[in-house]
Amino acid sequence: MKTLIWVEHDNASMKDATLAVVTAAAKLGEVHALVAGSGCASVADQVAKVDGIATVHVADDAALANGLAENVAPLVAGLMDSHDAFLAPATTTGKNIAPRVAALLDVMQISDILSVESADTFTRPIYAGNAIATVKTSDSKLVITVRGTAFDKAATEGGSASIEAVGGASDAGTSAFVSEEIAKSERPELTSAKTIVSGGRALGSSEKFEEVITPLADKLGAAIGASRAAVDAGYVPNDYQVGQTGKIVAPEVYMAIGISGAIQHLAGMKDSKVIVAINKDEDAPIFQVADIGLVADLFDAVPELTSKV
Amino acid sequence: MRRKVQFMIVQMEGNDMKILVPVKRVIDYNVKPRVKSDGSGVDLANVKMSMNPFDEISVEEAIRLKEAGKAEEIVAVSVGPQKAQETLRTALAMGADRAILVNTDEEVEPLGVAKILAKIVEEEAPQLVICGKQAIDDDSNQTGQMLAALLGWGQGTFANTVELDGNSVDVKREIDGGLQTVKLNLPAVVTTDLRLNEPRYASLPNIMKAKKKPMDEKTVADYGVDITPRLTTTNVSEPPVRQAGEKVADVDALVEKLKAVGAI
Ligand SMILES: Cc1cc2nc3c(=O)[nH]c(=O)nc-3n(C[C@H](O)[C@H](O)[C@H](O)COP(=O)(O)OP(=O)(O)OC[C@H]3O[C@@H](n4cnc5c(N)ncnc54)[C@H](O)[C@@H]3O)c2cc1C
Ligand SMILES: Nc1ncnc2c1ncn2[C@@H]1O[C@H](COP(=O)(O)O)[C@@H](O)[C@H]1O
Repeated sequence: MKTLIWVEHDNASMKDATLAVVTAAAKLGEVHALVAGSGCASVADQVAKVDGIATVHVADDAALANGLAENVAPLVAGLMDSHDAFLAPATTTGKNIAPRVAALLDVMQISDILSVESADTFTRPIYAGNAIATVKTSDSKLVITVRGTAFDKAATEGGSASIEAVGGASDAGTSAFVSEEIAKSERPELTSAKTIVSGGRALGSSEKFEEVITPLADKLGAAIGASRAAVDAGYVPNDYQVGQTGKIVAPEVYMAIGISGAIQHLAGMKDSKVIVAINKDEDAPIFQVADIGLVADLFDAVPELTSKV
Repeated sequence: MRRKVQFMIVQMEGNDMKILVPVKRVIDYNVKPRVKSDGSGVDLANVKMSMNPFDEISVEEAIRLKEAGKAEEIVAVSVGPQKAQETLRTALAMGADRAILVNTDEEVEPLGVAKILAKIVEEEAPQLVICGKQAIDDDSNQTGQMLAALLGWGQGTFANTVELDGNSVDVKREIDGGLQTVKLNLPAVVTTDLRLNEPRYASLPNIMKAKKKPMDEKTVADYGVDITPRLTTTNVSEPPVRQAGEKVADVDALVEKLKAVGAI
């Protein structure tokens, strides 16, 4: 089988999310990568070094600069004449583009796979991860999004893929990029961090969140996450949300602070290696999944913890 | 001359704007799903069912656009069993004008739903379709994007803010790194994210009124769409259960534990 993977990037560098997709695709067959963007040659060079990739296809066109699904999907669908499977990470970019490709190819997408069982059979979470479905497809072309936490990352060195330019991109004329607000941070990214400190509704305000959570995260070199309630209340930006409908994370250590542990939150973090919970309610559901629990008022416990680690 | 131009703009914004809102009947988000012991699926017998939470957000957004004078009519659509009528009644009670039930007892995959919706779009000619970003049962996150592809329309997925303006719609999208704004020509598809709005509850008088609002009943055959599933679920199992660990007495004990597991 010949697979085509979506390379996630910002026209300057490849994003880590790509690497788990390489591993998943390699289980199906030969891995080809698509770098679609504008002025993205340096990304192609990085991808060519990733272990396990045969060919890097580079589509460099102004219409692809911002990854608009309307412009990207026809390009991918065209390339699928010579590939059998398209795999993208289950990031907001992958989720935006892949279903559009699937519909153009008249196939069902298999979302958020956890494993490759065989060339046509995969497992995926349903009902907020409360059930795992094994699904077998009858489609002749596969379109798949990959859960990043479920596959090892391919090595970023050791490969020597050939780089080929592909043409045929155009502006569909239905949508245009206007602007982007991307916060730049020195902190590790949520989805690749080794340690995550997450805060919930209990923090009460963005000031308190900053005052209590940030110093602990700084000390641990951790990424910062949050529950939906904390995001909705405006304590932190939307892209901090961990959960069923936010980011899926599986760090070495996940600290849930003032988070009750609703199933939608657990869906996003219960595969973490060590879960630590600090909550003043000893019956909070988060304690049912926590390896280490502390029943305490977070406004006392967290500053003390910060001073002692 | 000037007056006439203004009049025309009002006409375009007001009278032509029809919004289609697909709503799915799913397990209530407060219910913890139980996997059937024979591995055939999730037990939905006697389980509380509700409108998919993202679809409530879609209905709310459509109503707000109508209240702001930017939309004329809201049509709610559901593909599902007879009971999906209840979901559509909820949409009507919130403020949708009429409803279409595409009645089927089959489980229709996102691709099938998108194909049915595309046919309804042909008939109804809405300027905007507002879907949820994800159904909380299948967690597919596909239908809106597929519909946009089938129609050749622009798509504004994971919407945080929707601004409708004559011939286009600006959608601020929740993306992994922050927020992104795109401008889509109308007609277009939007899918809703959590922060777009807070859905209202239907008031009792509105629930009564909703009973009189029109609801069309259709079948899949009426649309001539092939919904044969492409995926077969061969097994549904429980995820590995996580055992609760232990509670520690104080912060010092917590620090000890963290050291013991190599966390710090
Ligand atoms: C469609 C849908 C999708 C959703 N997706 C997500 C998602 O992706 N991610 C997500 O997180 N949620 C999601 N939710 C929301 C989820 O259901 C919960 O509402 C949310 O996770 C609750 O956040 P919380 O734990 O911060 O708040 P709460 O449930 O209010 O919990 C606050 C906790 O803080 C504790 N507390 C209070 N004061 C203190 C103190 N001083 N010290 C210590 N502890 C204290 C309380 O005991 C309580 O346990 C979704 C909901 C829906 C309907
Ligand atoms: N059976 C259905 N009937 C009506 N709308 C649906 C149906 N299935 C999916 N949708 C719409 O598509 C969105 C995304 O669903 P999904 O792609 O299944 O995650 C939902 O929020 C609904 O707006």
